[in-house]
Amino acid sequence: MSVVVKPKLPMAVRLATAIVLAAVFLYVIPFVIPSYLVSQFATVLVFAIAIVGINLVTGFGGAITLGHAAFVALGSYTTAILVVRYGWNPYATIPVSAALSWIAGWCLGFPALRLQGLYLALGTLVLSITVPPVLKRFDGFTGGVQGLSVGNPEAPVFLPLDDSQWIYFVCLAIAAVLYVVARRILSGPLRRALVAARDNQLVGAVMGVDRATLTTATFAMSSLYAGVAGSLYAMIVGFVSPDTFNVMMSLSLFVGAVVGGITSLNGAIIGAMFIQFVPIWASDIDVSLGGLVFGGALIVTLVVIPAGIGGLGERVFIWLCGKLGWVEGARTTRAGSEAVGGAQNEPA
Amino acid sequence: MNLFASQIVDGLADGAIYASLALALVFSYRSTGIVNFAQGEMAMLSAYLVWQLMAWGMPLVPAALVSIVVSFIAGALLYATIVKPLSHASLLTVVSVLIGLYLALNSLAGFLWTYTIKALPSLFPKAHLQLGSFTVSAETAGIIAVVGVVLLLLYLLFETTKVGLAMRGAASTPDSAILVGVSVPVMLLIGWGIAAALGALSGILVAPRVFLNPTMMFGVIIYAFAAATLGGFDSVVGAVVGGLLVGVVENLVGTYIPWIGPDLKIIVALVLIFGTLLVKPDGLFGRKKVVRL
Amino acid sequence: MSLLSIKGMQAGYGARSVLHGIDLDVEERQIQVVLGANGAGKTSLLRAISGTIAREGTVMFDGARIDGLPARKIVATGVAHVPQGRGTFADLTVDENIRLGAYLRSGAEERQDRERWLTFFPRLRERLSQQAGSLSGGEQQMLAIARALMLRPRLLLLDEPSLGLAPIITQGLFKTLAAIREETGMTMLIVEQSANLALEIADSGVVLESGQIVLRDTARNLAGNDEVRRIYLGYE
Repeated sequence: MSVVVKPKLPMAVRLATAIVLAAVFLYVIPFVIPSYLVSQFATVLVFAIAIVGINLVTGFGGAITLGHAAFVALGSYTTAILVVRYGWNPYATIPVSAALSWIAGWCLGFPALRLQGLYLALGTLVLSITVPPVLKRFDGFTGGVQGLSVGNPEAPVFLPLDDSQWIYFVCLAIAAVLYVVARRILSGPLRRALVAARDNQLVGAVMGVDRATLTTATFAMSSLYAGVAGSLYAMIVGFVSPDTFNVMMSLSLFVGAVVGGITSLNGAIIGAMFIQFVPIWASDIDVSLGGLVFGGALIVTLVVIPAGIGGLGERVFIWLCGKLGWVEGARTTRAGSEAVGGAQNEPA
Repeated sequence: MNLFASQIVDGLADGAIYASLALALVFSYRSTGIVNFAQGEMAMLSAYLVWQLMAWGMPLVPAALVSIVVSFIAGALLYATIVKPLSHASLLTVVSVLIGLYLALNSLAGFLWTYTIKALPSLFPKAHLQLGSFTVSAETAGIIAVVGVVLLLLYLLFETTKVGLAMRGAASTPDSAILVGVSVPVMLLIGWGIAAALGALSGILVAPRVFLNPTMMFGVIIYAFAAATLGGFDSVVGAVVGGLLVGVVENLVGTYIPWIGPDLKIIVALVLIFGTLLVKPDGLFGRKKVVRL
Repeated sequence: MSLLSIKGMQAGYGARSVLHGIDLDVEERQIQVVLGANGAGKTSLLRAISGTIAREGTVMFDGARIDGLPARKIVATGVAHVPQGRGTFADLTVDENIRLGAYLRSGAEERQDRERWLTFFPRLRERLSQQAGSLSGGEQQMLAIARALMLRPRLLLLDEPSLGLAPIITQGLFKTLAAIREETGMTMLIVEQSANLALEIADSGVVLESGQIVLRDTARNLAGNDEVRRIYLGYE
């Protein structure tokens, strides 16, 4: 039996945290740091969105899927095609991407999730591999190898922001919304149902959970997140081309999810920063170092801190709250509600 | 010789290479239940080892043999240091470690040997053979022959030797194998060693065809996955039949379905994998139910 | 000196201890039966002897301590364990199963014994190239015993050999075991839940309850013991 400690921060601390977060995200990043880094941070937010999707389907849903590149591509190309070929307003394409990805997720999810663990990973990995060739094949639609030039959305005239700051705020807003949505999905009975279905099929069935549908719904949700990420990605980069959406994208997102903490939504941003900046730093040293660091990070994380950096952070946070007396009161639960990453306590 | 027949023969040669890598996957899978995502990268490193040995003055054939032996040892070491400790870990951990290995090995090759392509000579002369009314390149015939011989040796190992029987027993029912005195860990060590050696063989056969570079095995491993899935991950026969089938189908589709053509051929692998897993998850020849989830 | 001598054995799975302080002796050429209800620890007792679960205490076999050895080495000392559910290699053929039984023996010994036991179990000879998993329950039991005998063991551990078998098959099975003891002088420790037939061929027996031995007697006395008859032999 493990005691579940629900941290409850005093008002003063909460206020202080909010101020610090606001300062960092709303001021420091867009205005203080060098401007070429701003769009990189926008990309970080986009990766974080995709990673939250992975948290949902793999961390809590228990399905290891390596096909995210496909859905990111779906989102990116939806935006690109609608903007370039049909003259749509780029922001309007985001809901379309979301919807299409969600539907595609359902369609793919039903057959795919019938595959058991390892085979699902294998199947979705191969799916990722087929994305660039398929995109190139339908070149009438997708612009083939040349890709499509989406252009960067311009900041509204009345705001004192340059284009990269503007897109950063757009991404921040959408990421915040999606983060809250994910939190809500993962609260209460739905979370218990997910974890039960993930950890023990029999228990899940007894609890009245239709595991297949639940997992497929989760998969569809994660696809939606990937699709939205794709749309925003197209807008940040201003350009889509087939070779971007390859296996390495899927694997990088996977690395980000694991390093951040597979069940840690807060860790998603850490994982996203990892996969955005590490390759840049690594290739400054040596062009082949990036993969080595990714691979090493995966292995080291699992051996040393299976819960990932985010998961570890959450555990430390909870421990600290316990020590400082910032708790709601103790609740006991059966030890069965362990997350895949190993976190034994409910995050705040 | 008409196009169709030559496509079949080429497909068999490619298929033989896929079969040897698929066999490697099967050997890793049996009794550990793990699909070694990094098998292709290990094979790639084996091929690079041959190149390096030749760069240091060794002739091709001895270098190839040395590489195969070293790969065997490396495979056994991989089992002992990484796979065995993971035997009770979650699926996520196993998949992550293997993917991590894939990324790391890929980069390692780039780091040690750069990304510029290199040439690895073929084991076979640049000649053509006349077999009746067929003309076949020495390389194509050679690949099929070499893989055929290796398969024969494996067959003899498993069907006639005590060790081979013990390995099959350990793969079939490890608990019972212990009760007859078999050392299951040793059998698994040998199994992973053989897997790595088979991978090395496939790498050495493929390198002359596609030029040596760190992403060389990428195309091969995907088809090997498809072959092993089609044949059944726990079936040796399945890996071989699967490999040959995948090779032939890939070639035929690439040639005769222009809309797919050589670039989109990879979709064959995807279709085969998903198709098999949904229709007959154990594969054509597979028997065991998957225990590891 | 007993062939098998157990003193103060504790054994279990992880933190859970299933056997508490078992003392047991099995004399050479003896057939001893272990009775007990489900969960009494009978299977764990055999597993502890053959080394397939963690155990403490002293186990002497043929004068040497085996309690610290890994299962594989215990097998090599001459202890053959036929586990619950037969433990045959289901994917392999009958012939391959038998040959695997002789893994630790020489080629000559294997050939000799194969011939001997196939003659003893003619049904197996008929089904040599059949997959072991496709045999009937009784045939699989025969196969499991034949495989164990190929080791040329000194001690045969049998875990519920009659499980899932029709009474008439079980009768034949125990007759066979008695005949094997006659022919080879094999020592046997047989675990059974409902064991009237087992007691008929046995010399002595113990009753296990909640991981401890509560009764120890000759087979005849046990068969005549009213309590035992009622609880373990299914008589009213």
